[in-house]
Amino acid sequence: MMGNINWFKYSSPQTFFPVARTLAAWFGAAAVVFVLAGLYIGFFIAPTDHQQGEAYRIIFIHVPAAWMSMFLYLVMAFWAGAGLAFGTRLSGMMASALAPTGALFTFLALWTGSLWGKPTWGTWWVWDARLTSELILLFLYFGFMALQAAIDDPRRADRAGAVLALVGVVNVPIIYFSVQWWNTLHQGASVSLTGAPTMAATMLAGMIVMAFAFWFYSIAASLMRVRCIILERERGADWVAKHVRTLK
Amino acid sequence: MSWGSWSDFFAMGGYAPYVWGSYAVTLGLMLMEMALLVLRRRGILERLMRIHGGDRS
Repeated sequence: MMGNINWFKYSSPQTFFPVARTLAAWFGAAAVVFVLAGLYIGFFIAPTDHQQGEAYRIIFIHVPAAWMSMFLYLVMAFWAGAGLAFGTRLSGMMASALAPTGALFTFLALWTGSLWGKPTWGTWWVWDARLTSELILLFLYFGFMALQAAIDDPRRADRAGAVLALVGVVNVPIIYFSVQWWNTLHQGASVSLTGAPTMAATMLAGMIVMAFAFWFYSIAASLMRVRCIILERERGADWVAKHVRTLK
Repeated sequence: MSWGSWSDFFAMGGYAPYVWGSYAVTLGLMLMEMALLVLRRRGILERLMRIHGGDRS
């Protein structure tokens, strides 16, 4: 049905464990390279904004962090849903591994947004649709982590977390389209697939490079975390015992 | 390039607290997450070595 490739082979935690280490190392290295390139473009090539002066340079972390906060939630919900549908152990572990990094980027989107809002809008915070729905995203991540931490049996924790994650998916399009649906203080999308970008090419380039940097960082961090989760959950397995002995 | 000197660069056109406050917290939290992950892995392996280690027990 699936040809000769066994697609479920890599869904075994034991098989994935060493693969995750290699991937984490490469994505971690790529993240460092892209961060350095992105910072160089953002601070030394991109020009001063004629309206906002240098304050706009927060964009190079604010927009990528906000994109990551939504994207990681969708990936987390995807793995949680896959775990619920197929009962694959690794899927639930992947969902759990993504949550703290997703929460980190959600916090950073709010934090950098606040520091950008003060000089440009004159306020740290406003209860408009974009900011409020992003704050709800942070609470969804926290809720997911708290719920999983409160349930001792990992399989039940996965299922309960998956239901919460899937229900919360509805918030992601609300965040994304909030600036179109409601009259918000937050500006509209800086980049869209249909229209021409409203910013200088070098500004856009810096933002895209930083978005890749944050993406690669997220992959590396999640894979490092899923390796910890695999060791914790499979601690009684023979292969873990063997692995631990090779480290001595 | 927008900067005449390093002090120009660090001043960020008067927006230094906002710009550097954003970048410092971002970098700090990323480094913290990495450090916590390394410590978590080390802690798990130490516990597992006590269980599975054999020759040191």
